[in-house]
Amino acid sequence: MDTDYELVVESCLLAGRLMMESGAETYRAEDTMDRMAISQELTQSQSFVTPTGIIFSGNKNLPTRLVRINARTTDLGKIASVNNVSRKLAFRDITIEEAYSELKQIEDEHKTYPFWIQIVAAAIASGAFLLLFSGKLIDVPTALLAGGIGYAIADRLEIRTRVKFFAEFFAAFVVTVIATISVATGLGSEIDTIIIGSVMPLVPGLLITNAVRDLMAGSFVSGLSKGAEAFLTAFAIGAGVALVLSL
Amino acid sequence: MIYVVQGILSFIAAAAFGVVFNAPKKSLFYCGVVGMTGWIVYMYVNSLNQDQVSASFAGAFTVAFVSHIMSKKFKMPMIIFSVAGIIPLVPGGTAYNAMRSVVEKDYALALEFASLALLISGSIAMGLVFAEIITQLWTKAILRLKTKP
Repeated sequence: MDTDYELVVESCLLAGRLMMESGAETYRAEDTMDRMAISQELTQSQSFVTPTGIIFSGNKNLPTRLVRINARTTDLGKIASVNNVSRKLAFRDITIEEAYSELKQIEDEHKTYPFWIQIVAAAIASGAFLLLFSGKLIDVPTALLAGGIGYAIADRLEIRTRVKFFAEFFAAFVVTVIATISVATGLGSEIDTIIIGSVMPLVPGLLITNAVRDLMAGSFVSGLSKGAEAFLTAFAIGAGVALVLSL
Repeated sequence: MIYVVQGILSFIAAAAFGVVFNAPKKSLFYCGVVGMTGWIVYMYVNSLNQDQVSASFAGAFTVAFVSHIMSKKFKMPMIIFSVAGIIPLVPGGTAYNAMRSVVEKDYALALEFASLALLISGSIAMGLVFAEIITQLWTKAILRLKTKP
């Protein structure tokens, strides 16, 4: 059988890029690419994945390829779909041509939940966190409002400005302003728990976990850069809150 | 009673986070279950010795262990279940207190809170990795038993 090796390399790169753009761990992206390559008889493949780019080499006769990763979001559904395709390919349920078209389909047509449902979910999570952190029932409406608005602002601003830190800073700023106003007007009682609960949807939880996972798996370049991103995001949130509190 | 209330709340929080992170629809319920088990273990250990660091370790260990079982069962990457479960354990409150102390120019207290937050995040990471390694060793041992006649 004659396999189109260039298509194999192309599919591996596409799968790796989709995974890294949706927030997968580095070692998982490398593992997926290697498995796909091995299933297509490219046993000598080498992959080097960082959060900002992927270098992949099939064998010594094929050109080594590089793709750039510009946007990074969190999209667990996309990771699951790509994982599913690579699993089917490894078990030889589909051919490499079918796998490539399925990956292309995931890239173009992947659906997320509607934006308003995400906002409602972020608001509900804020309210639940407020109560988990021993907040009072009277503060729940404020946390719902602040959490929902904060998440919506962070998401939209990030799409508009492409600067994540500014978006998170501004969202934390607005959350704190809402909490301060509600406490000042007597609608809320404890400003601290309201802010902690409402800021939770912005916290870079996935980044922190992935950073440490990558460091422990030996991917030091990705671990350190993800750690830096997580630290900067947390710092931006802290600065946004601190700005209002110090006024 | 408090465990029931907190369990329901953490279930809601983790499932809502699953929606925010766009987890597949059929996995949302199990995201919530993972978050709930992790939080209940965290609460229990915290009530035993009032130590957030060891409680976070136990919680994260449980989260990773349960997510591993789920990922084997549903043939999805483990990260889908573990991310939402880890969020309640993240030391947001401690980090907030550290930052608030900085604003109030109480730097000694700020350092205390900041190092506590750092320790808690470290113990969460350790819990995750330990659980993963132990489950890996376990599956390898089972495989070896099966291949041996």
